[in-house]
Amino acid sequence: MSIRTDVKPETRRPPTVSATAPAPRRRRTWTPYLFLLPALALELVVHFGPMLAGLVMSLLKLTQYQLARWWEAPWTGFGNFEVVLDVDQPVGASLLSSFLITLAFTVIVIAASWVMGTAAAVSLQNARVGRGVLRTLFLVPYALPAFAAVITWRFLFQRDNGMVNHVLVDQLGVLDENAFFLLGSNAFWAQCVVAVWRLWPFAFLMLMAGLQSIPGELYEAGTLDGAGPWRQFREITLPLLAPVNQVLVLVMFLWTFKEFETPFVLFGGSAPEQARLINVEIYQNSFVTWNFGLGAAMSAVLLLFLLLVTGVYLLATRRKVHEA
Amino acid sequence: MGARLLAVIVAAASAAAALTGCQAGGGDNANPKVLTYWASQQSPSLDRDKQILEPELRRFTERTGIKVELEVIPFTDLLKRILTATTSGKGPDLVNLGNTWTPSLQATGALLEWDGAMMAKIGGADRFEKVALKTTSAEGTTPVAVPLYTKVFQLYYNKKLFSEAGVSRPPATWAELVDAGKQLTRDTTGDGKPDQWGLGLRGQAYTTALHYAYILGSARGARYFTGGKPAFDSAEAVSGIEQYLSWMGKDRIVNPSDAENADWADVYEAFSKDRVAMMLVQTLGQTLKDYGLSEDRYGVAPVPAVTPGGKDVASFLGGTNVAIFKNTDNLDGATELVRFLTSVGEQTVLNTAYGTIPPVKDAGDAAFQTDEAKVARQTMADRAIPLPRVAQEAQFETLLGNAVTSWLAATATGKQPSAEQIRSELASLSQRVASGG
Amino acid sequence: MRHETSGYRIFRWSTLTVLTIFVCAPLFVMASTAVKPLNQVQSDFTWLPAEPTLAPFVDMWSTVPLAQYFANSIIVAGATTVASVTVAILAAYAISRWRFRGREAFRLAVLSTQMFPGILFLLPLFLLFVLVDRYTGLGLVGSRTGLTITYLTFSLPFAIWMLVGYFQTIPRELDEAAKIDGAGPLRLLVGILVPAARPAIVAVSIFSFMVAWGEVLFASVLTDERTRTVAVGLQAYASESNVYWNQVMAASLVVSAPVVVAFLLLQRHIASGMTAGAVK
Repeated sequence: MSIRTDVKPETRRPPTVSATAPAPRRRRTWTPYLFLLPALALELVVHFGPMLAGLVMSLLKLTQYQLARWWEAPWTGFGNFEVVLDVDQPVGASLLSSFLITLAFTVIVIAASWVMGTAAAVSLQNARVGRGVLRTLFLVPYALPAFAAVITWRFLFQRDNGMVNHVLVDQLGVLDENAFFLLGSNAFWAQCVVAVWRLWPFAFLMLMAGLQSIPGELYEAGTLDGAGPWRQFREITLPLLAPVNQVLVLVMFLWTFKEFETPFVLFGGSAPEQARLINVEIYQNSFVTWNFGLGAAMSAVLLLFLLLVTGVYLLATRRKVHEA
Repeated sequence: MGARLLAVIVAAASAAAALTGCQAGGGDNANPKVLTYWASQQSPSLDRDKQILEPELRRFTERTGIKVELEVIPFTDLLKRILTATTSGKGPDLVNLGNTWTPSLQATGALLEWDGAMMAKIGGADRFEKVALKTTSAEGTTPVAVPLYTKVFQLYYNKKLFSEAGVSRPPATWAELVDAGKQLTRDTTGDGKPDQWGLGLRGQAYTTALHYAYILGSARGARYFTGGKPAFDSAEAVSGIEQYLSWMGKDRIVNPSDAENADWADVYEAFSKDRVAMMLVQTLGQTLKDYGLSEDRYGVAPVPAVTPGGKDVASFLGGTNVAIFKNTDNLDGATELVRFLTSVGEQTVLNTAYGTIPPVKDAGDAAFQTDEAKVARQTMADRAIPLPRVAQEAQFETLLGNAVTSWLAATATGKQPSAEQIRSELASLSQRVASGG
Repeated sequence: MRHETSGYRIFRWSTLTVLTIFVCAPLFVMASTAVKPLNQVQSDFTWLPAEPTLAPFVDMWSTVPLAQYFANSIIVAGATTVASVTVAILAAYAISRWRFRGREAFRLAVLSTQMFPGILFLLPLFLLFVLVDRYTGLGLVGSRTGLTITYLTFSLPFAIWMLVGYFQTIPRELDEAAKIDGAGPLRLLVGILVPAARPAIVAVSIFSFMVAWGEVLFASVLTDERTRTVAVGLQAYASESNVYWNQVMAASLVVSAPVVVAFLLLQRHIASGMTAGAVK
C-alpha cells in the first residue's frame, strides 16, 4: 500500500534539499534486493502469477464443459469482453447495473464513514472524560470478523422479529408498519448502513492518528485570532489532515468497491437486484453459473477501472496535498 | 517480465495437463486401502452428520479393510469445493452431489460413468426407483452418479389450526389450497392485522423459488428446454410463476415477511407455534422435532393437483446422489463403498436418520411406513419429475430462481409483477442461458 | 486549550451519543441474543432475555467443531502475522534506506495488488497450489500452510506501506552512529530500527492477524474439515432447516474476543504507529 510513493519528498527532490529526509545511498549494491527478495517472491508467486493466469482465463471459453480439461479450453480472444461490455444484452446490462449500484454504494459509504470518523475524532480530540472508553468502543465494529458483524445485522434487519423495526415501529412510532430492509430498494440502504458500521471506525482511527500530530499551539493561535471551532476546523484541522485524507479515501475506496462479504452474508446468497454489488455479480458468474471465462472478463474490467481511478486520483491529489 | 512469467505459467500448466491427462482415463487401483469421501451436510449440524455416518463407515472398514477418510461439507461450500476439485483433478474418490447439479457436473467430464457393467457391480439399475435414476445424468446419456437419498415436496398442515378454522381435510387441488389458506389466515389478536397465515414460504432462497416455479409450471405442461434449447417464457411457465406470487399477492394467504426467509427456520418456527397452517416443503423427517413439534400435531398430504387437466406433477425429485471421480486411485474400493451405501440395510439406516426416502426399491418396505413416508413414496412413484436434465441446469436454477425471488420481493411490497413483465424477463433469461451467460 | 462554545459542546455531545448508540445497539443485541433460548430468539424482539441461559455458549462447541476451528485460526493467523511482519520489515528496510533500480516499480506493484479482485485469482491460486503439490509433495491444498501463504500476501502490502512510513521517521543519525560502531545492515535493522519502530510493528501485526482471522472466501476453498478456520466455521450454525441464532451470536462473541481484546490492549500503539505511517 505504498500510496505515498508520489508524495514523499525524497522521491521528487534531490535528497540534499531536505535535512530530515533520508539520504538514500546511490552506491550500486545487491543488499536492498536481498531484503526485498522474500516480499517480491511472495507477491509474484501468490498475487501476480495467479492474477496473470486469471487474466488469461478471461480470454478463454471456460465453462463447465472445459473445467476438468481447462488446458484445452478454446481461446475466444475478446469474445468474453464483447459479451460483458455489450450493455444491450442481458449479461452486459446486469453488469452495468451492478457497477452503477456499486459506485453509488461506494460514494455513500465513504462519505458517511469519513464524516462520522471526522466528527468522532474531533469530538474526542480534547475530551478529558471517557476518551479512552469511547475510543475503545468505537473500534470494536472494525475488529469484529466480517461474518460475525454482518450476520448480526441480518438478524437486526429482519422484518418481523428484528430490532430495527421494533425500535422504529413499536418504540419510536416513526413507521406505521414493519418495513422490509432485506428486500427491494431498502436493501441497498441496509447494505450501506452495515458497510458504514464496519468501515467508519477505520476512518476514525486514521483521523485520530492524524489529529494527534497537529500541534496544539495552532489552535491556541487560532483562538487568539478569535476563530470559532468551525473556522478552526476549516482552516487548521482540514488542511493539516489532507495527507491522511488522501490515503484514507483511497484505501476506503478500494475496500468498498470490492466489498463482497457484506452482501453475501446479509442477503443469504441471493442479493436483491437493487443491492447487487459488482463482486457479487462476478461471483455469481464464476462459482454459481460456472462461466469462469466471463467472470474473469468482468474481473478484468473491474481491475482496469480500479487502476484507472487510482492513477487519476493519485495524480490529482498529489498536487493538492502539496499546495496545502 | 510479464511475458516471461506468463510463459512459465503456461509451460507449468501444460506440464500439469500432461500429468493429469494420463489419469483422466477412468480411475485405477493404485491405492486400494484408503478412500476419501466428501459427504454433504444432511442434518442440522456437522456433528450430527458425523455421528450418523461414522459408525456405518466403520462397519464398511471392518468388512473390507478399506479405511474411509470422511469429510462432511456444508452445502454452502460443497459446490465450490467440487468445482475446484474438478478443475485441479485433486479431489476425493467419492463425493455427494445435490442431485439437481448432476447433469451440470456431468458436463465437466470429471465424474465416472456408471455403464451397465459398473451398475451390475452394485446390483443393477433395476434396484433403484426409475425417477431417481433420471436425476443421475443428462437426458439420453450414461449415468454419472447413483441415488442415495431422495426427497419430494409434500404438504404439511397443522392439525390444530385446521380444526379451529373448520377445514376438514387437506386441500387436494390448488384452488382448494387457496380457499383453505384464506380461511386459515386470521387476525387472532384483534389488532386488525393477520397474525396467523395459511401458508409459509421460504421466499429469499433462489433454489426453493425455482422449485416452486418449476413444479407449478410443469404441472401446467411447461417445458423449459426444447431440444436442448432454453425456452423459459412459455405461457404455462408464466402462469405457474404468477400462481406462486399470487399466494402472497392477490390471495394474501402468505405473510409478506416470508419474502425475506433465506432458510426454512422461521417457517418451521411459525408452523410449530401455530402461526402458519400449511407448508409445502421437501420431506422433513425428524426436522420438526427440533422445533418441539410432535408427529401427532401435524398431518402430511400430497401436494395438490391442478384442476382440471394439466399434467399431474406434484414435485421434482430432490435429494442427494453419490459420484466417483474419474481420477480415483481406488476404483474398486469406491465402487464397493457405493454398493455398501446403497445396500438395503444402509439405505434403511441412513435414510431413517436423515429423514429422507430411500431411492432403493427394496429398502422402503419395513421402515418407511409413516404417513409422511407413504405420501413421499407415492409421490415419488407417480407424480415426481426430475429438474431439467441438461448441462445448463445450474444456470437455469440460478438465473430463474433469482428472478422469482425478486418478483416475490416486489410482491411483498405490494407490487406484484404483471404476466407480461414476467414473460419478457423470462425471455431475456432464456437468451442469456442460450448465449452461455 | 480550545475555547468551547456552547454550539461546539452540543455538537460534541450529540455526535458522541449518536455514534455510541449506533455502535452499541448491534453489539448489545449480539450479547443479549447469545444468552436467550432459541425459541425466544425466533419470536418477537426483546432487548433483554426473559430467562437468560448460558446454554448457547455450551452447545456451540458441539454443533460445529468450533474448538478445532479455533485452534486452526490461531495457528494460521499467528503464523501469518509473524511471517508477514518479518517479510514486511525486510522489504520496508530496503525501500526506506536505499535507492535502487526498481524501487518505484516495486512500490507501485505492491499498491496495485490492492486492486486485484479476489475472485479473479482464487481459482488460479488453487491450481497453482495443486501444481506445487504435485511436483514437490508439499501438500499446500487444504493445509494451514497454504492458507498462511495466501494471507501473508494479503497483508503484506499494507504492512510494507505502514512500515516504510514509520522507518522514514526514524532519524538517520541513529543509522550512522550504529554504522560507526561497525554494525552491518542486518544488525542495524534488528538492533536499531526494529526496536524504534515497535508501535508500527504492533499495528501491522494486528492488521495481519485480523486479515487472517476474518477472511472467508479463500478459506472456504483452500481448507478442509481439519484445517477450516473459525470465520468459515461460523457459517455452519445455519443450515437450510435450522438457524441457531443464539449459538451464532455466542460463537461470534467468542471468536471475536481475541481480536477485539488484542486490538483494544494495543490501540495506543496502533494509533501512534499509524500516526507516523499514515501522516508523516
